[in-house]
Amino acid sequence: MRFALLVLMLLPGLLSAAEIETGDPALDAAFAQIMDNDFDVKAQGVDALVASGHPKAVELLNGLQDGSLRRYTRTDRLVWAIDGDAGYAIRDVFSGEDLGVESSRKVRKLPINNTVRGRIDAALASLDLNSPDPARRLAAVGAMLAKPDPAAIPQLRTLLASETDPAVRALTEIALAVSRLGNSDADERLAAVDALAGRLEPTVRNALQATADHDADPAVREAAQHQLNLIQQQVDHYALLETLFFGLSAGSVLVLAAIGLAITFGVMGVINMAHGELIMLGAYTTYLIQQAMPSLPGVSLLLAIPAAFVVSGLAGIGIERGVIRFLYGRPLETLLATFGISLVLQQLVRTLISPQNVPVENPEFMSGLWQINPVLSLTYNRLYIFVFSLIVFAALFMVLKKTRLGLEVRAVAQNRAMARAMGVRSARVDALTFGLGSGIAGVAGVALSQLTNVGPNLGQSYIVDSFMVVVFGGVGNLWGTLVAGLSLGVANKILEPWSGAVLAKILVLVFIILFIQKRSRGLFPQKGRAAEG
Amino acid sequence: MLITRLLKNDRGGQVFLALLIITLIAVPILHALPESNALHLSTYAVTLLGKYLTYALLAIAVDLVWGYLGILSLGHGAFFALGGYAMGMYLMRQIGDRGVYGNPELPDFMVFLNWQELPWFWHGFDSFPFALLMVGLAPGLLAFVFGYFAFRSRVTGVYLSIITQALTYALMLAFFRNEMGFGGNNGLTDFKDILGFSLQADSTRIGLFLASGIALILGYLSCRAIVVSRLGRVAAAIRDAESRTRFIGYRVEYVKLAIFTFSAVLAGIAGALYVPQVGIINPSEFSPLNSIEIVIWVALGGRATLYGAVMGALTVNYAKSVFTAALPDAWLFALGAMFVLVTLFLPRGIAGLLRRREKAIPPTPPSPAPAASEAAS
Repeated sequence: MRFALLVLMLLPGLLSAAEIETGDPALDAAFAQIMDNDFDVKAQGVDALVASGHPKAVELLNGLQDGSLRRYTRTDRLVWAIDGDAGYAIRDVFSGEDLGVESSRKVRKLPINNTVRGRIDAALASLDLNSPDPARRLAAVGAMLAKPDPAAIPQLRTLLASETDPAVRALTEIALAVSRLGNSDADERLAAVDALAGRLEPTVRNALQATADHDADPAVREAAQHQLNLIQQQVDHYALLETLFFGLSAGSVLVLAAIGLAITFGVMGVINMAHGELIMLGAYTTYLIQQAMPSLPGVSLLLAIPAAFVVSGLAGIGIERGVIRFLYGRPLETLLATFGISLVLQQLVRTLISPQNVPVENPEFMSGLWQINPVLSLTYNRLYIFVFSLIVFAALFMVLKKTRLGLEVRAVAQNRAMARAMGVRSARVDALTFGLGSGIAGVAGVALSQLTNVGPNLGQSYIVDSFMVVVFGGVGNLWGTLVAGLSLGVANKILEPWSGAVLAKILVLVFIILFIQKRSRGLFPQKGRAAEG
Repeated sequence: MLITRLLKNDRGGQVFLALLIITLIAVPILHALPESNALHLSTYAVTLLGKYLTYALLAIAVDLVWGYLGILSLGHGAFFALGGYAMGMYLMRQIGDRGVYGNPELPDFMVFLNWQELPWFWHGFDSFPFALLMVGLAPGLLAFVFGYFAFRSRVTGVYLSIITQALTYALMLAFFRNEMGFGGNNGLTDFKDILGFSLQADSTRIGLFLASGIALILGYLSCRAIVVSRLGRVAAAIRDAESRTRFIGYRVEYVKLAIFTFSAVLAGIAGALYVPQVGIINPSEFSPLNSIEIVIWVALGGRATLYGAVMGALTVNYAKSVFTAALPDAWLFALGAMFVLVTLFLPRGIAGLLRRREKAIPPTPPSPAPAASEAAS
């Protein structure tokens, strides 16, 4: 394991093993300047290196910035240094020769100050502007737009002259238009304002705001204000979309947590207060699998889904066979007994694993943002979990509607005596149904492990919510659970901005309490004789 | 005269009240013994006993609604805590300018939060009679309003249990907020004195212990009065066959509302006696776990006996004190196992075990309602 990590660390170094030819006097001078202790001289060296157009320039500048490019005091030459246990593993920059491991005193960092750092940033950006890859050019222009720098304007002009990629061209024109807002000619400024119509970048909005507030020409001010209003409308529109997304995401978590309960409570009528702890077991299964294969967080997460289903499902079957089956027809007693089980499970996790929260890693594909435009970005983990909950819902729905087990489950739920008379082994169906609902809880735990802290109290915080969702949606109705979960999530997120997270939650709880008073069978009450009991 | 009528046919209650009165007399005497004496009772032990007595009162309140009315309330901790908060607010106002910030008008946490004046709902709490009124009124009103809506729309069985749990959960979240004006996370604490007596003084501790004991006796007798009355018989009928009782012509929701509200007031009084003895009240008293723990006291002791609830409360809390001191990790295992084992093997609790021996009293029918009427809710 440690070996693998070492190889990974060394990999970038190995790739750049090609040597740098010396002999070019201009380049040699640049390197000497970079090693100089005077920051101004060093900045000149950076510029000289960029001007030389050397293919390794980007790599060298990055190294200078992150400190992996260092000066070896024995030879007074530049080396690549990789921090290790015994000291620095160093390699000559020019010859590529491996110089072994050296103590940190002999491998000096090249000090840089903010001036040099800024110069490096600008240099890297301008180098990116000339990159053959359009995506990098786009990113470079975007960076310049975010942090406008008058010095970069000529570079942008040159770029625009030669640029062929339409996206890069468009963004470059925006960046230039922002700079034109400071032009002395009012017509020029007016044209710039028009060119910026509908752009959502914060820089553009700030620049337009400044123009709308302080421009000398009232016509320009008015035009800027007009464009700003239009942009603001779009921003509001996207903010609403974002709230909706957050709401659906929170709702999908609720659906995931509640859907197993919709089976055990809704279909079987069993009050399972240990449902939250079955979710917790799923989350801990994820943690344990990740501990077993720490280098592969993505694979272990995918493996955790079936594993958590099996672990929680078996735990559920155990609970049903061991306790619940003796208590059918006595719902209040079931409630108490399963609550006891939940306490035992919590304490079991505290004793066996840890009373503290455990860290569960997010694999690469779960982290990050999907930047749709400058004001709307969706996090991947929430997006995936939303999709995941829909898949789980669909799978469960298919199981109940299309399989033999589903048929038997519905038969037993509707009329136990009749189902038994038709040859359904109701005890087995009970155990399997409970196992199914519990297994789904475990799968929900895998998803939750990617969103919240995994600890012994994980389940407790979801149990009340889950019951609310099931009761709100209508007991025994899977669609009701889906609609109730999603709508409660959205309602929560819409309330949150003006009431705060806690108050929003309280308001939603109070709403559900009132709702149950009014329609005690939920949004979608079950029809037919089964519901009349 | 009245008391003998109430306790007729209640052998358990007679024994319990006799034991309780003996304890109330013995504890101050044992406490007064010199410390060298082996039988000396420390102040700590007296306070602990006092705390148990308030728990016992709370358990009776839950038994009244669960055992005799068939309502499994998972929110009685909320009524207990509300009574506690009302008392806590009185005690906070008694601190006066002895707080850390020395503000004569505002409690410390309000000074800390930069509040300029006392919120309107804190006014009046410097008067003890007003605080006592609120001890009953706050939980009673909540129970009345909540019960009015719940019983009128015929929410019963498990649904009612779950919304009572949601109620206490919502209150917990609300009281955790600093903006509520009840001290947020830390709650109310650092009390100095009650009615001019220092809370640290031994004599005050004894006084609170005796007050708890007397409250328990009165609470027991009043519950008993309800149980043997016509109202109590209708309540039992509702527990066993709600629809049938309704069809005969009783207004089921009013019966439920009356007993539920009374029980909430009782729980509030228990909370008010609890707070000065433990010296703190914070939002965790609202946590659903606390409420459901009360239910297990009653289940372990035996439902629909009242004295069983007292036994359960004392047993579980004594076990908790011992376990959490000796084996803190094992307590939740023990509590969890208790939930499972009692429901599976001891449906009538300790009282049921005792009753089986003495055949003199005919056993009451088992309380759980048949599944059909539960499903009809």
